[in-house]
Amino acid sequence: MKEYRTITQIAGPLVFVEKTEPVGYGELVNIVLYDGSIKRGQVLDTSDELVVVQVFETTAGIGRDSGIRFTGETIKMPVGRDMLGRILSGGGKPIDGGPEIVPEKRLDITGAAINPYARGSPNDFIQTGISTIDGTNTLVRGQKLPIFSGAGLPHNQIALQIARQAKVPGSKEAFAVVFAAMGITKEEANYFMQDFERTGALERAVVFLNLADDPAVERIITPRLALTTAEYLAFDLGMHVLVILTDMTNYCEALRQIGAAREEVPGRRGYPGYMYTDLAGIYERAGIVKGKKGSITQFPILTMPGDDITHPIPDLTGYITEGQIVVSRELHRKGIYPPINVLPSLSRLMNLGIGKGHTREDHKKVSDQLYAAYAEGNDLRGLVAIVGKDALSERDRMFLEFADLFENRFVRQGYTEDRTIEETLDLGWNLLSTLPVEQLVRIDRDLINKYHPKFRQTAKAEG
Amino acid sequence: MKAQDTKTTKTGVLKRIAGPVVTAVGIEAHMYDVVKVGKEELMGEVIKIQGENIIIQVYEDTSGIRPGEPVINTGLSLAVELGPGLLTSIYDGIQRPLSVLVDKMGDFIQRGVSAPGLDHSKKWEFGPLVKEGQEVGPGTVIGEVQETNIVHRILVPPNVRGGTVKSIRSGSFTVDEVICTLDDGTSLTMMQKWPVRVPRPVLEKMNPTVPLITGQRILDGLFPIAKGGTAAIPGPFGSGKTVTQQQLAKWSDAEIVVYIGCGERGNEMTEVLTEFPELEDPKTGKPLMERTVLIANTSNMPVAAREASVYTGITIAEYFRDMGYDVSLMADSTSRWAEAMREISSRLEEMPGEEGYPAYLAARLSEFYERAGRVRTLGGKMGSVSVIGAVSPPGGDFSEPVTQNTLRIVKVFWALDAKLSQRRHFPAINWLNSYSLYLDSLQEWYDREVSPEWNSLRSWAMEILQKEAELQEIVQLVGSDALPEAEQITIEVARMIREIFLQQNAYDAVDTFCDMKKQYDMMKAIRQYSDLAYAAQNAGVTPQQILSVRSKNELPQIKFIKDYVPALAKIQADMEAEFNALRSAA
Repeated sequence: MKEYRTITQIAGPLVFVEKTEPVGYGELVNIVLYDGSIKRGQVLDTSDELVVVQVFETTAGIGRDSGIRFTGETIKMPVGRDMLGRILSGGGKPIDGGPEIVPEKRLDITGAAINPYARGSPNDFIQTGISTIDGTNTLVRGQKLPIFSGAGLPHNQIALQIARQAKVPGSKEAFAVVFAAMGITKEEANYFMQDFERTGALERAVVFLNLADDPAVERIITPRLALTTAEYLAFDLGMHVLVILTDMTNYCEALRQIGAAREEVPGRRGYPGYMYTDLAGIYERAGIVKGKKGSITQFPILTMPGDDITHPIPDLTGYITEGQIVVSRELHRKGIYPPINVLPSLSRLMNLGIGKGHTREDHKKVSDQLYAAYAEGNDLRGLVAIVGKDALSERDRMFLEFADLFENRFVRQGYTEDRTIEETLDLGWNLLSTLPVEQLVRIDRDLINKYHPKFRQTAKAEG
Repeated sequence: MKAQDTKTTKTGVLKRIAGPVVTAVGIEAHMYDVVKVGKEELMGEVIKIQGENIIIQVYEDTSGIRPGEPVINTGLSLAVELGPGLLTSIYDGIQRPLSVLVDKMGDFIQRGVSAPGLDHSKKWEFGPLVKEGQEVGPGTVIGEVQETNIVHRILVPPNVRGGTVKSIRSGSFTVDEVICTLDDGTSLTMMQKWPVRVPRPVLEKMNPTVPLITGQRILDGLFPIAKGGTAAIPGPFGSGKTVTQQQLAKWSDAEIVVYIGCGERGNEMTEVLTEFPELEDPKTGKPLMERTVLIANTSNMPVAAREASVYTGITIAEYFRDMGYDVSLMADSTSRWAEAMREISSRLEEMPGEEGYPAYLAARLSEFYERAGRVRTLGGKMGSVSVIGAVSPPGGDFSEPVTQNTLRIVKVFWALDAKLSQRRHFPAINWLNSYSLYLDSLQEWYDREVSPEWNSLRSWAMEILQKEAELQEIVQLVGSDALPEAEQITIEVARMIREIFLQQNAYDAVDTFCDMKKQYDMMKAIRQYSDLAYAAQNAGVTPQQILSVRSKNELPQIKFIKDYVPALAKIQADMEAEFNALRSAA
């Protein structure tokens, strides 16, 4: 392999190389330092005169005397069955002291888009045991449902609880967790690792760790390595894979850093104009392929800078993912766990996975009614602050009380409390039964007669 | 079909590759020529010429392509194949059938595979409609093919001069076989090609006077779009934009539906792809897919193809319009299209305009929406293309360039509102911020086809809703009990309009579609309650009694009943009786 010593410029994570043979776009590059150590990079721009290389690690030690070797192929990830239970660096190297991965295949990490025509329809209900997700923002297999959180909120606990409890009721199919950490602290990483070990989840997990002090540029490839692994497990080995990506905000920061180093025209808030396409290249790798056994379900976690849901990172994410679970600081302050605010939360694929044959026939309407009643009660809180409770009509008072009840009984649950979907829906009915029946305008009479606690009891008494 | 040939083909070499934009030297090229890039012959399009540097946007992933690889100019512009076989097809942004791509390269989109838009081996039964010796010109229907339950009319292409038919045959042919020759030697097949960036010509553009009926109460009833009109649905994410668009695709009374998923989510596209073939067309009972063309370019498919997908879609729509059909085109989302433009523009290192979008953004948007319209075709038929474009304003901020430039062009605005969807008010279209500029031109149609009362009923409902918004501000401050009695009734009537008329359940088998007659009947029943309530209040009945009239609580159930007339009549009679009782008691 030819080695060039024609570096002309090094700026941030970018290295400019002159007078090379034709080099392919996106090719993997090895940079040989004076001490013989090797750093890796990728070609971002190639022409006869100049090649721009983005280095995945720190550029410390690279100088004009460093050698550049073009490998002639794009970045590939060695994948194999024995990856389960392993801990790898953000760049894909084992860091658990174990042996190198024995590759069964080497896959391009960019991943090809699933042909929309070949996609299977995601409609297997995943029970997470958390009422605010199962009941009102149902997750299905193959979905990508991010957690929008803020600094200091318990998003990690929620993600772990989901990873631990998630199951398709009545199914015993093989499933795996791929966990990719980008720029999180060692402490946070330990929290995840300990929980994985304690619950035995590590055996069926592949962990990629890019910690806060690891090179930021490496974060660009970490999620791609993780998803390539997930695709192998899902579509080659037929497993149902849950991918947790945390924290996507750090990923986007790295993207911005490279954009700035390349002197690109910045988009909103300095993030590159292609961030939507770039994020889509990650999130869209969730899904099901018709005729294949496995699936990839994604749980990206991101912290919204300043709790601002209109910030480009949550905003663009929300446009790609199928909904979002929003963690609320207000509920957290009230001491409610999990502090999931159902109002701005949404699962776009919910309707595919609920109802008769999936969960229960009343699911959709109960969920709508809970939403509507809680939203109304929540709106009234603003009014109460001004006029006081006494000025409310009796109807309004009932909705106000419903909102409190909803937060304390439906939203609140234990960190290890694993509610079945029936429990969640029945709980919903119990709460709704505190409202007069004629206020339940979103539920048709038949369902009310069948499931409403009041009528159920009379039906039983008569029967 | 030599019209698109701009010059003879030539081969050059690649000089620079930076993502989807590459530079070639050593070829003669014209703007928007289609070129084949690299050894794998990836498809690309010339978008800039700078001295001898030809800048090309490539429709496929360019990883691994090196400087020095060949570039071939086909000399053709990006064109679509138009002919029998379009309906029921699912294409990517550059009209490659996705099903063919699955056969050729498996479940994932690989690159370097070309696939023609139409099946060239399939035979279609062609029945001529003109005779030898007859004069034909551009747009003349020369025959028909029963493609699905839709009759595919075969037209003389717009760029053929026309003349006298020398020979024409009937029978089973592929789209490549000559079916008709003219005296000047032109031979016609069932297929024509048309460059996507050029609007297909028409005889004249007409005024829109007929509404596009969608079966969605808030749209047909309050903010109608005309056939041939343009509408924008801006919505922050999670406000139910996609569901609203899909409802439109399913239920609008256009004969042909073209749905462009531009930068869409893969799973949602799959939902469309699996749902459409199963859906029944309410008018014919046949699968909805039989009158649909889908274009799916998901967000992770190449960005340049996303840019092209919108043009591919509208060209297909115009082609069916030229046959004399009413076509509705949904583009979801034009923001993704604009972002594709921005991405390519920034790779070209063009001077950015507002928020990094290219300075020609407004021009491109208006060119696109201007391709909508109700027209007299070259062949003298009436046809229309209605364009409904979704916009996804970042952060829900309507002041951003794509939304603003769109609003300057379109005539209807359906303002989706995340707050409404949080309350599960669907469709989450804000009745105060939405508008339709077609109300006046459609008034006559409503008078004639629905009821002469409808227009005043609509104004009444809008007035109540507006009034409610004002009253709500007071209620927020002092509570509802402090309102004057008459206004307590107004609040209740407005609530009924919102919950009974405006809210519509897309997932309920009956409520998903509501025809104009039912819309009128429902609104009339609410109006009846309102009239009775005010009359009762004048007669001294208290608001508490008026609000607790039981029969009105049955009204929401009407939405879910197919043969609602007897039930509605009973409720109306009950309301009458209850109010009579109240009045006599007072």
